Amino acid sequence: MRLRSGVFASSCLLVEALGVALFLRGFFPLPVRSLPRSEARRDPPAEPAPPGSGMVSNWTKIPPPLFKKVVIVLIDALRDDFVFGSKGKQFMPYTTQVIEKGTSHSFIAEAKPPTVTMPRIKALTTGSIPGFIDVIVNLNSPALLDDNLIWQAKTAGKRIIFYGDDTWVKLFPKHFVEYDGTTSFFVSDFTEVDDNVTRHLDRVLKREDWDILILHYLGLDHIGHMTGPNSPLVGPKLHEMDNILKKIHISLLSKEGESSLPNLLVVCGDHGMSETGSHGGSSEGEVHTPLLFISSAFEKRSGPLTQPKLVQQTDLATTLAVGLGLPISRNSVGNLILPVVGDKTMREQLRFLHLNGFQLSRLLQENTPAYEKDPGYEHFKIAEKSHGNWIKLYLDGNNSEILLNLGKKVLKQYLEALKTLSSSLSKQVAQYDMYSMLVGTVIVLEVLFLLLLITPKALSSRAEFEVPLSPPLFSLLFYLMCLMLCAVHVIVCTSAESLCYFCSMSWLTAVGVMVLISALMCGILSAIGKILESSRVPVKNPVVSNSSWSEVDVLILAGTIGHVLSLGASSFIEEEHQTWYFLINTLCLALCQELCRNYFLLKEGDPQHSITLKQSFDNVKEAYECKNIDIPAAGDSKLGKVTSSAEFIKGSDKWISLASPWIILICCRLLRSLNQTGVQWAHRPDFGHWLTSSEHKSELSFLAAVSLVMIFILVQRKCSLVSKIAMALGLLGVYSYRAAIGNIIFPWQRDSKDISKGITEARFVYVFVLGIVFTGTKDLLKSQVISADSSVKSIGLWEVYSGLVLLAALLFRPHNLPVLVFCLLIQTMMTKYIWRPLKFDAAQITIMHYWFGQAFFYFQGNSNGIATVDVSAGFVGLDSYVEIPAIFLTAFATYAGPLLWAIHLLCYLSSEVSRNSAAMGHGCFCYALVRSIPVAVYIILVTSLRYHLFIWSVFSPKLLYEGMHVFITAVICLFFTAMDQNQSRKVQD
Amino acid sequence: MKEAEIKRLLAANLLCVFSIILTTTVPAFFLDSFSVLGTHLTWLCICSVSISALNIVLCLVLKPNPSPKRSSFAHKISRFLKCCIYFFMSCILFHVIIVLYGAPLIESVTETFLFAVLLSTFTTLHCLCMLGPNIQAWIRVFSKNGAMSIWDNSLQITTMCSILGAWFGAFPIPLDWDRPWQVWPISCSLGATFGYMAGLIIAPLWIHWNQKQLTYKSR
Ligand SMILES: [Zn+2]
Ligand SMILES: [Zn+2]
Repeated sequence: MRLRSGVFASSCLLVEALGVALFLRGFFPLPVRSLPRSEARRDPPAEPAPPGSGMVSNWTKIPPPLFKKVVIVLIDALRDDFVFGSKGKQFMPYTTQVIEKGTSHSFIAEAKPPTVTMPRIKALTTGSIPGFIDVIVNLNSPALLDDNLIWQAKTAGKRIIFYGDDTWVKLFPKHFVEYDGTTSFFVSDFTEVDDNVTRHLDRVLKREDWDILILHYLGLDHIGHMTGPNSPLVGPKLHEMDNILKKIHISLLSKEGESSLPNLLVVCGDHGMSETGSHGGSSEGEVHTPLLFISSAFEKRSGPLTQPKLVQQTDLATTLAVGLGLPISRNSVGNLILPVVGDKTMREQLRFLHLNGFQLSRLLQENTPAYEKDPGYEHFKIAEKSHGNWIKLYLDGNNSEILLNLGKKVLKQYLEALKTLSSSLSKQVAQYDMYSMLVGTVIVLEVLFLLLLITPKALSSRAEFEVPLSPPLFSLLFYLMCLMLCAVHVIVCTSAESLCYFCSMSWLTAVGVMVLISALMCGILSAIGKILESSRVPVKNPVVSNSSWSEVDVLILAGTIGHVLSLGASSFIEEEHQTWYFLINTLCLALCQELCRNYFLLKEGDPQHSITLKQSFDNVKEAYECKNIDIPAAGDSKLGKVTSSAEFIKGSDKWISLASPWIILICCRLLRSLNQTGVQWAHRPDFGHWLTSSEHKSELSFLAAVSLVMIFILVQRKCSLVSKIAMALGLLGVYSYRAAIGNIIFPWQRDSKDISKGITEARFVYVFVLGIVFTGTKDLLKSQVISADSSVKSIGLWEVYSGLVLLAALLFRPHNLPVLVFCLLIQTMMTKYIWRPLKFDAAQITIMHYWFGQAFFYFQGNSNGIATVDVSAGFVGLDSYVEIPAIFLTAFATYAGPLLWAIHLLCYLSSEVSRNSAAMGHGCFCYALVRSIPVAVYIILVTSLRYHLFIWSVFSPKLLYEGMHVFITAVICLFFTAMDQNQSRKVQD
Repeated sequence: MKEAEIKRLLAANLLCVFSIILTTTVPAFFLDSFSVLGTHLTWLCICSVSISALNIVLCLVLKPNPSPKRSSFAHKISRFLKCCIYFFMSCILFHVIIVLYGAPLIESVTETFLFAVLLSTFTTLHCLCMLGPNIQAWIRVFSKNGAMSIWDNSLQITTMCSILGAWFGAFPIPLDWDRPWQVWPISCSLGATFGYMAGLIIAPLWIHWNQKQLTYKSR
């Protein structure tokens, strides 16, 4: 079967989009649904009612607090062996003594990866395991909105004091009556960060006006990052911590009176550190942290020291909630650590466990539809029933041995139920779904290899190639591979513990994907085979490869590779706009050099060049004759025009042409200072902020008016009369829409009148957008059916393009309208003065378009963070939030830059078809290729960096942007192919 | 003949490299708290001045492209003035290009301009010394296969290397390492300097190895 490059490229992109979707689904597992806090303070459940009527337990309130004051000392990166191992014995003598002989309970708390401070603090305070999506969703507001221990304590009137890492202050704004945040930015600082915390300690410990004191020490983490866990600096730091713990403990003991409640000191770590001193991953050293409860309420430990029991990090939130007499956080998956409340009466212990179990089972109910079949839920119901029986005995006044034994039995039942419940809850969020990610990656990589292998053929002059569909050898291989993959699928899915999206899909779909993977694999193998074959056979007609690399080629290649490599560094992702600005600047300078060479050196009387020029025209002509195309009458004139364009050296055009790269450079520089984006320099003043501030409304209005006029001038030249009028009216509508919603003002308007939502005006514009696009589509269809001359088609394409420009003008904020103007201006100048005279081939033009599209994505003010997405574009002309149009409009407004450049590429290439009939196919193929390379590389990078410190803040948002871009590119390529289809049919006719 | 010329070139280039190294160390004896990173602007000035001086002296001593006819004193003066104007224009041009690349327009103008001066010293001044204020000759040298002597080749290589060095020097600026050399324009000017030094060293070696292929058109 013969396939054209465009068709091949767009089908490849569709498959790739599927792969990317699968990868994204695996990378971002859906989190346990968290409910708003307002619902969180429901009444606590009463004790289970004893069976039989008449008797009701009167204990319906939350049990009172068990501790008066609580001090939480969080030592960042405190690994379990720093306390329980030989280091602890050597450097933390006081703590060791308390653990061995004092009134304390010690545990090893297991943290879930990624072992990074911020999510670990969330886990410690909410008791939930934060999922990736909800971190992404909450990127805009770093404050923790879920139900959590700190919020509960504050609402209950507890006074909380905090000193330490300022992540807490960001997570819990206005929660602390007193705080002092230290930034963990300077990792090389080992002492200052801790002294900043300790200096408050003496004063605070003397005071009585607080209930909870939280200290977060960062020094140990910094030492770990710089010198590793075995460095000589760790010992003194642990000793310092030991002295602090001693001071706090002694002070807490001295405060306890006879009558009041005891105090509690909690020592924990947020995560450990690996053998190299870093953290983020899931090695044993990183996930195991010590957890100590020290209070005079506990019994003195006696007997030999046993290995501390393993608990989950999330258990702390539940335990502290019980200890402080607060409701357990709603989304907590933690279990009560029973030894902490071990010296309370049986009734109280059972009551605590029941509260915990009730909260967990309610969370399960909210998240799983089939919760009744969950073993944990069943166990809990059974335990609740026996609890009721126990209460009946208790209320009867039965106080014998039987009561105690029965109570112990209920306790055991509860513990069992809690364990099962929380494990089935944490399964839902926990890990990356590696299997789905792997399948997605394999698909994306296979597509990329296929595209790369086919490149030489696809970019040949015919832009067509043979796709071998059924060579017998490969069919055998194909079936074998299918069978093997299906077997692997069955094995993986039956053995996997955690939930896996790909396994949960229907068998038919899974088999379909397997077939796809094997088919792609066979395609790659056959392509490799063909290349080997053709390299063995001596080339019959040696094609003279006179294509030496020009500077622009080198730049394009180096730029593509450099950009892809830069994606591995988080700073380069944050500042990706700098990469693109840098590249297009260099591109402009290279083009300028090319132009200079073209104009000045030709003048030196290089007769050789004009000969080659003539030869190339002859070649073109020959090629046309070979393909039996009747060169339209315009052909000759066109040829003439091209010749003259080579000879217009004398004219003034030469100077405009030479100046155009510089004008483009200046435009780019202006746009760059319109919207400061990224992270490091985002705070710098820019024109955008200046314009949007309320006192510059008239300037903004003037700018918007000028921009709209410019847009009209630049767009109208290729439109038909009807769409010209429609365009003008539409742009007027855009202005009145912005005036209606109060962004800008009409010149005759003195005071700002009442602001409306501008729905009428926006819909007025929508009508014209649809009208123009419809006219364009009609022209395109006409050119396809009647096969009229190509001018109809190019007008149609341009009309579709101008319709999209109008839509962008409506959706862009007024201060961004210059971006649109400069986009059109640069496109016009490039086409007229650079690309046409220099006669680049379709591949080069495509990549230049892609680069400019990327740069304009950032010129619009976008960045690789979620926060810069302009959500307001989704509400233009809509009464209320309607999901599908809102998503479409937001996506269009966000990706307007790349999209408009891609459509312009289409317009340009379709006008080039007369020169190179394969231009469209080449363009489409190059566009697909140049998009696939960064996506494939980025997917691999993200998989390998999934435990990186910045995976949530930097890499994951970028992944979402890349994924979205792939879908948009797939749509663009389909459009390309549709347009190309018409052309090819016409050629065949 | 050719060997001897290459040796002369090598000696001249090594002298330049050596003088750059000297500019980083010697001023510390005269100026308090001088360091390339700490007082970067001072270093930029010193480096530009000393390289220009050295280049002019070398040009006078070696006479790579001796002008065929003796010229009058007035002609010499006009040539010199022309050179000055060209140099100044190239500084302005480099400044403009650097600003177009994204350097701040209003803040740190001095830094940007001194960086432009340094770049001009490495490229334009070198050209002016070798070729004189003759645009046609420049265009010839910088077009493909336009070199007529090893001096032209050396010029091509050093100019390219300096500009590439400055270009690559911009890469580390976005990284969030907070190192002192990431401050504008230190990384770029260091990149340009290293590029220039590399070009100076590479040029004679490259010419030596590619001697066979290099055939120069007669003047
Ligand atoms: Zn930490
Ligand atoms: Zn750390």
